[in-house]
Amino acid sequence: MPRLKLLANYTVEMRLLVVLVIMCFGLSLASDQFLSLGNLTSLLNNNAVNLIWAVGLLVVLISGGIDISFAVAASVVQYVAAYCFGFLGGGNWILGFLVSGLIGIGLGLINATLIHGFRIISIVITIATFNAFFGLLMFFTSGRNIYNLPSWWTSRIFIFEHQSANGTWSELNLAVAVMIGCVVATWILIRFTGTGRQLYAFGDNPEAARRAGVNIALMQAVAYGWMGMMAGIAGLMQVNIVKEVIPNALYGRELEVLAAVVLGGARLGGGKGSILGCLLGVMFVAITQNGLNLLGVSPFAFQMIIGGSILIAVSTSNIQIGSDLFKNPGKYIRTRY
Amino acid sequence: MTTDPEWVLSLENVSKNFGGVKALTKVSFRVKPGEVHCLAGENGCGKSTLIKIITGVYTPSSGAKLNILGKEIEHITPALAREMGISVIWQDLALFPHMSVAENISFDEVVGFWPKLVRTESFKPKVEAILKRLNVEMDLDEPIKDLPIAQRQIVAIARALMGNAKLIFMDEPTSSLTQSETKMLMRIVQKLSEDGVAVVFVSHRLAEVLAISSQVTVLRDGHLVGVFPTEGMTQTKLAELMTNLTLVNEVTATPDIDTESILEIENLSRENEFQNVSLNIKKGEIVGLTGLIGAGRTELAHALIGMTKPTSGTIRLGGKEVNFSSIRDAILEGIAYVSEDRLSLGLIQPQSITDNIVTTVLNRILTFMGFVSTKKKESMVNYWIKELAIRIGEPSDAVSTLSGGNQQRVVLAKWLATEPQLMILDNPTVGVDVGARAGIFRIVKSLAEQGMGILLISDEVHEVHFNSDRVLVMTNGEINLEHNPLEHSVEQLESIVYA
Repeated sequence: MPRLKLLANYTVEMRLLVVLVIMCFGLSLASDQFLSLGNLTSLLNNNAVNLIWAVGLLVVLISGGIDISFAVAASVVQYVAAYCFGFLGGGNWILGFLVSGLIGIGLGLINATLIHGFRIISIVITIATFNAFFGLLMFFTSGRNIYNLPSWWTSRIFIFEHQSANGTWSELNLAVAVMIGCVVATWILIRFTGTGRQLYAFGDNPEAARRAGVNIALMQAVAYGWMGMMAGIAGLMQVNIVKEVIPNALYGRELEVLAAVVLGGARLGGGKGSILGCLLGVMFVAITQNGLNLLGVSPFAFQMIIGGSILIAVSTSNIQIGSDLFKNPGKYIRTRY
Repeated sequence: MTTDPEWVLSLENVSKNFGGVKALTKVSFRVKPGEVHCLAGENGCGKSTLIKIITGVYTPSSGAKLNILGKEIEHITPALAREMGISVIWQDLALFPHMSVAENISFDEVVGFWPKLVRTESFKPKVEAILKRLNVEMDLDEPIKDLPIAQRQIVAIARALMGNAKLIFMDEPTSSLTQSETKMLMRIVQKLSEDGVAVVFVSHRLAEVLAISSQVTVLRDGHLVGVFPTEGMTQTKLAELMTNLTLVNEVTATPDIDTESILEIENLSRENEFQNVSLNIKKGEIVGLTGLIGAGRTELAHALIGMTKPTSGTIRLGGKEVNFSSIRDAILEGIAYVSEDRLSLGLIQPQSITDNIVTTVLNRILTFMGFVSTKKKESMVNYWIKELAIRIGEPSDAVSTLSGGNQQRVVLAKWLATEPQLMILDNPTVGVDVGARAGIFRIVKSLAEQGMGILLISDEVHEVHFNSDRVLVMTNGEINLEHNPLEHSVEQLESIVYA
């Protein structure tokens, strides 16, 4: 019985896992490339940045907020960090993580301060900071790209290399290792710390959390600070992959990540969401895109399919409640939660 | 360990002003260890202000003396109150719906500024021990949102005990419980009391106050009326202490109403809700419908107004068989339904009194162009405000600014504006002060005298006995008794309902 209970508490994750397994099975039959080591490693390489953002966003969603500004914030971090490294005489990886993490946290704290200080809902504030960050960035850079970056930053570092029998190389790059670190750190934060428990509580029932003595300002700072840190680190790793800094390169990526995290079962109202669901959500989006590419389907179909999946995921998770509502409306009218 | 102090909590000379408003004036309040005490008073009498002072949310005016477990406390904060063993279970329970039972009960242990490692598993033995002490079994991993209200209440109590509470305040704990759930809660309270944990109920359900507590402290307008033993106290006397009004409970039933029927129901059934219900309401008749919560009363009302479809049976309205497919149909045929949950369903709280009253009749106050006519709207609203004596500032004020009793009058006005021939009142006095209840029933009686048929649904046996022409008792989805208030006493009715 306890096993079943576990499944019941992770309904969304389990459903997504089943869908994902079926998809992978289907794709492996339809395309012999899909299950190749080369394809799987490039899937991870290409989605490491999204995954780092996703776990950051997960923390914000759990706390009952939302952040639209993180992708643009990552671009801001890239520019400011590039400038800082010049100032610091080149820098290195340690300084790189420190500088980009700290700038990211700073940008996150701007969001947290505005949301908490003015008691304005997070979507409004982060849409505002999204525009402000991007506008300022374009204004000060005049849209110029930076190619002249420190060599440590753009050098390729592999954590795994393998040459297959037919001579093609498959490898995992540094971003994947960093992503794993971010995922584990976030998992520990939300699952095993008092702070994590308070974040869930705050997202679930803010008034009850306040009465229990949870420091609300601290919770906002942790959630948006964590998101900011992840945005900064993701920005750092994205430069390592593409080897240039382009001001509008990340613009628009936020909705893709948000969609993936919501697909993974994080509740927009707060209080619910898991690392597992978050990973599955991002991988679902990634594998859908990958599969469509391999099958030679028009890339325009991708957006449509992701949109459809969100609709199906969200509406089926409500079906049970829906049919119940039809049978016994009184029950829902009187329930508070 | 010091010897047992005489009082677990002793307050003296507590005053609190908000701006120029005196919320509390020189109130004292004492609770003995293990005592079940009741703090009674009408809405706005200062009950919640007092609790908030005790738990450190508000600071009292100078001169107040606060003593917990024999220790003088200079300045109390929420954290200190909890540490000293004072815990409040708010009416909304303040639980976390998506978190598990164990996580909720142990939540206060994880609160803190600095990060620390926590594992739910490590709290489980203590949580289990507490539930065992309360003699309840519960799945610790179940999320709160899947539990019925009564179980949530137990979780809230267990959470208080996790912090070694010596005194637990319960704010209106039974307002959403069924009778049997209330009984279970009472058993748990009894158990706590035997263990030396004092419990203070904050309530204005009079029957309950008297049934469970040994002492009652009554507040009125921020003043202490007195502390009374509940033995020998009657509901009427307690209500008088709370309101300072002389309340007369007289049976208002009119004997032998002999008019034509408005509503005739025959063998109405709906699967799992009610079976073979037949009833008849005549013009000008007030029919009371009571029974335990969950007996199927509200479900019957929902079927009458077309919110749900009965599986079999017939409904005749004014002699004509009807088959509503929506609430709109029912309104057009002259049925008004005043729902139980006024706060969320009956009124749109932030909107003005005017807009709330006219929502049901927008089609009747249009200009010839099809816009809402300000003139027609105002005259309609003014008529009903006068007719029902609603005490308001301006008709444009938000409904949320009104007291419970006046809000209920706005709900009545909104439905009366539809000129119904049959009105269904579902627990019309929930959250309405004792003093204001009589006013509501006077309106109901005068409506009946004008020829309206009324179905009065209520949990409170006293309410239906004194205000209906006849009372039907519903048990397990069936109407199995008719009670005549003129021939039988309220005690007889009580013994049948609570049997």
